[in-house]
Amino acid sequence: MTQDPVGWLGQLIHTFLVSLGLAPEWARALQAFLAAGALATAVLLLTFFLIWVERKILARLQDRLGPNRVGPYGLFQTIADAIKLVLKEVIVPSGADRVLYFLAPPLAVMSVVGLWGVVPLAPKLVGADINVGVIYLISIGAIGTLAVMLAGWSSNNKYALLGAFRTVAMLISYEVPMVVALLVPTMLAGSMGTVEIVERQREMWFVVLAPIAALLFFISSMAEAGKAPFDLLEAESEIVAGYNIEYSSMAFGMFFVGEFLHGFTIAALTVALFFGGWLGPGVDRFPLLGLVYFALKSAVVYFVVIWIRGTLPRLRIDQVNAFNWKFLVPLSLATVAATAVTDKLAAGLGWSRTLALLGVNGVLALATIVALTLYARSVRRRKARAERRIGAAATARG
Amino acid sequence: MLDQWLFLALLLPLGFILPAVPIALSRLVGPRKSNPMKDSAYECGVETVGDTWVQFKVQYYIFALVFVVFDVEAVFLFPWAAAYDRLQLYMVLEGILFILILAAGLVYAWRKGNLEWV
Repeated sequence: MTQDPVGWLGQLIHTFLVSLGLAPEWARALQAFLAAGALATAVLLLTFFLIWVERKILARLQDRLGPNRVGPYGLFQTIADAIKLVLKEVIVPSGADRVLYFLAPPLAVMSVVGLWGVVPLAPKLVGADINVGVIYLISIGAIGTLAVMLAGWSSNNKYALLGAFRTVAMLISYEVPMVVALLVPTMLAGSMGTVEIVERQREMWFVVLAPIAALLFFISSMAEAGKAPFDLLEAESEIVAGYNIEYSSMAFGMFFVGEFLHGFTIAALTVALFFGGWLGPGVDRFPLLGLVYFALKSAVVYFVVIWIRGTLPRLRIDQVNAFNWKFLVPLSLATVAATAVTDKLAAGLGWSRTLALLGVNGVLALATIVALTLYARSVRRRKARAERRIGAAATARG
Repeated sequence: MLDQWLFLALLLPLGFILPAVPIALSRLVGPRKSNPMKDSAYECGVETVGDTWVQFKVQYYIFALVFVVFDVEAVFLFPWAAAYDRLQLYMVLEGILFILILAAGLVYAWRKGNLEWV
């Protein structure tokens, strides 16, 4: 019983439902429905807490107190905000496409909640153990882009449309390094299933075997989540707010639920794919301990997400795209190629394999830094030469 | 296997309905006093000039094209990566050849200046 508490509970519910006179297949379907409802509710309730955490940590990073009035340490601030938002008027701008306008906010949340369906929370505790888990993550994550586009388009507002266009340019660009970086854990685990990927990290976490791929995945999924410094889609100082200007009340609130939850979700995904998920000492004897390990690791990565958000200013759109296409994409292709060859050559060498993969990543990082230094130097030289020419022309003219 | 997909088929609609409920609730509970001023498009107090669904720069379209090329080809790499354990060295090298072709596409787009934001 202690070995598999979730399966035991599932069996218990199943026996109970069948004893009520339900056919076993229908009992299974009802169980799946209950489990899906429990997961979706838990994740959405978690958001209440996450919004508080993010505001509090961000405030501390900026030398403020953050929410501290409603409840102990301002813990109930989010609940008060939610009640306030529900009581506000839902304004539909004139000329808006009403169907798409109301379709967008729940879709934004759905794309994030859907991601949790394949995140392994503890041994044998996972929504769905499908063998194409990684591709599922990519495709469901892309629905978020669609929601932003729908919102920007249907609002009948130029700024909203501008924000949506920017988003499409940025989000689809950052999907490329994310997809390519995801090839590395797939390769190391020999499977696209998320459960299998966690299971295969028993010997060594993938972040040790492929630190560059982990970093690439982390950065590009931060851009996917629209976290600063990649928060162009709602640049309040440039295009008043971006895709969600015309939204009010809870329709607006749902975009924020989706965004805050996405921040934690990328932390959880990074942990599951690269930091060993629920793995930790003693996890085989007490499976529910895995949930604790998973939560702790995710919390650490989530803190880094907020830290970066509180530290870096927003990038310009041309900088964002240049950073992606001219830096992240070539580096991700090089990482996949280098990892594939090295792992094949060093297969079955035990500890030397880890060292070989680490070495290749180190060489790659070094090469990247050298290339960047040379590039920066050539840009500086070109600039200095151009300035000298302008100066010479000015003296010649007298 | 089918059980697992059933779970996802139930989770996605639930993920849509649960956030839709508060929006419907706020439509019921919140005030409904509309007037032309309030419903007009928000542009910091300036009235909107012309059509709001404007045509937009071709630049975004070019990025989308480059993206489609990369994403589709990257999806072809996933079966290769999933079967990695069973591959011989020369099969791995064939995969690398494919990645090099991808990289050539990137270099082409770069040299053509399609990656510059104008």
